[in-house]
Amino acid sequence: MTQQEAKLVCRNVWKIFGDDAAEFLSSHNGNPSLDNLSAAGLVGAVRDVNLQVHAGEIFVIMGLSGSGKSTLVRCLSRLIEPTAGEILFKGENLLAADEKRMIEIRRHHMGMVFQHFALLPHMTVLENVAFPLDVQGMARAKREERARQIIDLVGLSGKEDFFPRELSGGQQQRVGIARSLAVEPELWFLDEPFSALDPLIRREMQDEFARLQSVLKKTIIFITHDFDEAIRLADRIAIMKDGAVVQAGTPEDIVLAPATDYVAEFTRNVPKAKVVKAQALMKPAKGRIPKAQVSARATIADSAPLFREGAAKLAVIDEDGSVIGVLERADVVDMMMQG
Amino acid sequence: MADTHNSAVPVQPSPRVNGVAAWALVLCVFALLWLAGSSVADWAFDYPKAFMIPAKRWIGDGMKWLLNEASFGLFTFLDLTRFIAAVIDIPYRTALSLLSTGFLQGQGSSAIQIVPPLPWIAVIGIVSLIGYHAGGRKLAVLVGACFTFLAVFGQWHSAMVTLASIIVAVPMGVMFGLLLGIMAFRWPAFERAIIPVLDLMQTIPVFAYLVPILFLFGFGPTAAVVATLIYALPPMTRVTILSLRKVPSEIVDLGNMIGCNRRQMTWRVMVPSAKDSLMVGVNQVIMLSLNMVIIASMIGAGGLGFDVLSALRRLNIGAGLEAGLAIVALAIALDRLSQAYANRAAQPHHGEQVKTGFIYRHPYTLAAIVLVLLTMTAGVFLSGVQDYPPDAVVSTGPFWSDLVSWINVNFYDTLEGLKNALLLNAMIPFKRFLLGLPWLGVIGLIAFAGYSLGGLRLAATVGTLAFLIAATGQWEKAMITTYLCGSAVVLASLIGIPIAILVAERDRMWRVVQVIIDTLQTLPSFVYLMPAVMLFRVGDFTAMIAVVAYAVAPAIRYTVLGLQNVDPRLIEAGKTMGCTPWQLLTRIRLKLAMPEIMLGLNQTIMFALSMLVITALVGTRDLGQEVYIALTKADTGRGLVAGLAVAFIGIIADRLISAGARRTRQSLGLA
Repeated sequence: MTQQEAKLVCRNVWKIFGDDAAEFLSSHNGNPSLDNLSAAGLVGAVRDVNLQVHAGEIFVIMGLSGSGKSTLVRCLSRLIEPTAGEILFKGENLLAADEKRMIEIRRHHMGMVFQHFALLPHMTVLENVAFPLDVQGMARAKREERARQIIDLVGLSGKEDFFPRELSGGQQQRVGIARSLAVEPELWFLDEPFSALDPLIRREMQDEFARLQSVLKKTIIFITHDFDEAIRLADRIAIMKDGAVVQAGTPEDIVLAPATDYVAEFTRNVPKAKVVKAQALMKPAKGRIPKAQVSARATIADSAPLFREGAAKLAVIDEDGSVIGVLERADVVDMMMQG
Repeated sequence: MADTHNSAVPVQPSPRVNGVAAWALVLCVFALLWLAGSSVADWAFDYPKAFMIPAKRWIGDGMKWLLNEASFGLFTFLDLTRFIAAVIDIPYRTALSLLSTGFLQGQGSSAIQIVPPLPWIAVIGIVSLIGYHAGGRKLAVLVGACFTFLAVFGQWHSAMVTLASIIVAVPMGVMFGLLLGIMAFRWPAFERAIIPVLDLMQTIPVFAYLVPILFLFGFGPTAAVVATLIYALPPMTRVTILSLRKVPSEIVDLGNMIGCNRRQMTWRVMVPSAKDSLMVGVNQVIMLSLNMVIIASMIGAGGLGFDVLSALRRLNIGAGLEAGLAIVALAIALDRLSQAYANRAAQPHHGEQVKTGFIYRHPYTLAAIVLVLLTMTAGVFLSGVQDYPPDAVVSTGPFWSDLVSWINVNFYDTLEGLKNALLLNAMIPFKRFLLGLPWLGVIGLIAFAGYSLGGLRLAATVGTLAFLIAATGQWEKAMITTYLCGSAVVLASLIGIPIAILVAERDRMWRVVQVIIDTLQTLPSFVYLMPAVMLFRVGDFTAMIAVVAYAVAPAIRYTVLGLQNVDPRLIEAGKTMGCTPWQLLTRIRLKLAMPEIMLGLNQTIMFALSMLVITALVGTRDLGQEVYIALTKADTGRGLVAGLAVAFIGIIADRLISAGARRTRQSLGLA
């Protein structure tokens, strides 16, 4: 888990809205404070953000409205031109790419899902999903075949000839997801994809998303304002406030050791047992290995029912099925009690 | 993006305390100048001749230069404009041949018709098919009935000439408007440059630019098409800019994320996404084109407008009214058709098997072709199919003439009494008052109003415009325009606002009124002259009545909109506080609707100004008459200077009222 390929690296990225932002930034040695900014009448939407997104992980950027998360994701895809910094996609600095190269990268390597779906109202589901391929100049038969496959993948078969307005919100976002996957992107941006949906549908879509990712194994940057959603889906989370990242780490890191009071506000009501994985609570396997097994990636809350049979210990196994430790009943009970 | 920009705009404290004192002071100075100034400073009342800006001569010389000397090297400017005219002439000739004259061989009276025009039955059939396609059976019947009306009442030929101009002008207007709008959307610098030009194009009276167009494009229908383009272009451009800007930012992001290049972004993402609101612009282009084609009959467009004009000149009320009604029928048909297309969403077609073959894919085109072939063949044998049988034409002209003479015989005294009472007691004193004011003082007042409503910049803008009116020698005529426009706007508001208050809360009544004012607004301004002339003959009063009839619609519409938009919770709050209905109306509803009502006033003034120029035909003495005289004398300089003065009045009113509405909205906490 330690040495992973970094698919997307962002270094010292700034986005300041207002006049002469670049000059202002360099006149403050590239690091103005919030007070400097507001005194100059500028808005620091993204401030000195450093991130590494690894291949195949779900990286969630979480923040409340106004925290700069939407601006950041648009900087990463260069829909918004950052004021300063570097964004490396597979080692290539996107900010140095010319328009033609950028079009090339977006056409073949990136996909994006939008909060309000951004479906084209004059096109059917099939045409919407095939549109990115159409833009690339792919022949009609070929792109429609591909589009049908993905529509099937997201569970919308039979709706190909519907118009977006004839679909429910959840279905519309499935179209949005299918469209973003049509080009088989390496880097998948999801900008609050489920925020506009009802709670029940949101839950369903989160599960659906997890299922898709288990098949597709994309590198994902997922934006949300919902901390529970972040916890549920993330491999790693970055929490943003006032344009800066206040803490980045695995859900467990954040829940168990919130870096600031602000982060603690979010984690306070999250049951730790639902976040902490067996892997983090296990002890080294000594002596007899118990028969009952649990996956290293299962949460404590998911592991707890296995103790009902009366077992005192569970064997913790990794993805290959080899035992890497044991989980003790007392520790589990202890954590559940903490809430 | 959306969540990064919520820094609140600080509300400016309104300088009201100083404002009242300052206004009192300014008014005192003004009164002093007015009452005592004439003996001391005569020049403040009559603009000194020596300092007059010879704008007429400049424009005249500029026009001469354009016509005689301007050249691009290989060809002259005139060559270019004449070439454009020749290009426009091709589709126009085709449309005219198809609808009216038939395809001819040879010149003049010796021409032989090779192919006859479309039979009247075929045209009615085709427009009904279009109506069915756009809005179902009801619309098909309505549109068919409107066109049958044209045939039955003997207006077919003229109406088809008018229609041919529209068919040519509308696609060009839509296309150029769309292109200009896209350019303005893409390059903000271009937008900044084009917006003042659009303002001017929309406020300058149409008569004013007919003369230069005549010189450049020659007398005839093509010049009329060019004039129509200039007239109909600005709203399409504006609607395009607005609707492209309304496309959600996520859709733009989507286009970028999937790697659209510029062309794909514009034509595959932006324009289709904005289609619904763009269709509103298309509807406007159609209606404005119709209005302009009627006016352009003065420079040889022919058609229905020419019939109205010649009837007006002969004071043949019946004939004029008949042509006017034909315009109404055409206007309603075109308006309903284009609105239906604007409202029509693409039909869902899933569940059906996709059928191939021409018949299944183009049932309407096929039906139209069959219809044309059938009627053309039948027309060879039966002349009644080709042309509407002349014996069956119903003429209502005599009826209307009789009706008018009946009214005049029986109600002459009443009408005359009404007219004289208003003229003597209100209009003429108002006119004398305005004419007696010192120009210097009025300009000062306007500038001060600008300053107190919107700051130095606004003061400079409106002050300069007002000064230019005086400096080009248009002051007296401008005051008469102000007097006519002012009287009409006051009267229109006095009629419109109470009606609006009455219907705003009564849904069913409002729907009826809405249909009426919608229809009134689709009518070309020419039509309004007929009944006014019928009842009151010529003169200022007639002009004012026609202007009021034309300008009352926006006064009603905006007031109703404003009243209906008042937050219902505030009305509930007022009720729980125990407000009487009168208090509710005056203290809450009208107060909160004020910004909208002011915008309505703005529109009323714009409508009034544009109509005022047309009323020059019934003998006013204002700037409109000046423009009209210049048109008949083909004097470019004179027409444009007077036209610009009208435009300046409009722009001054618009800027001041908009600033006032903005301020009111801020102080009400609505902005």
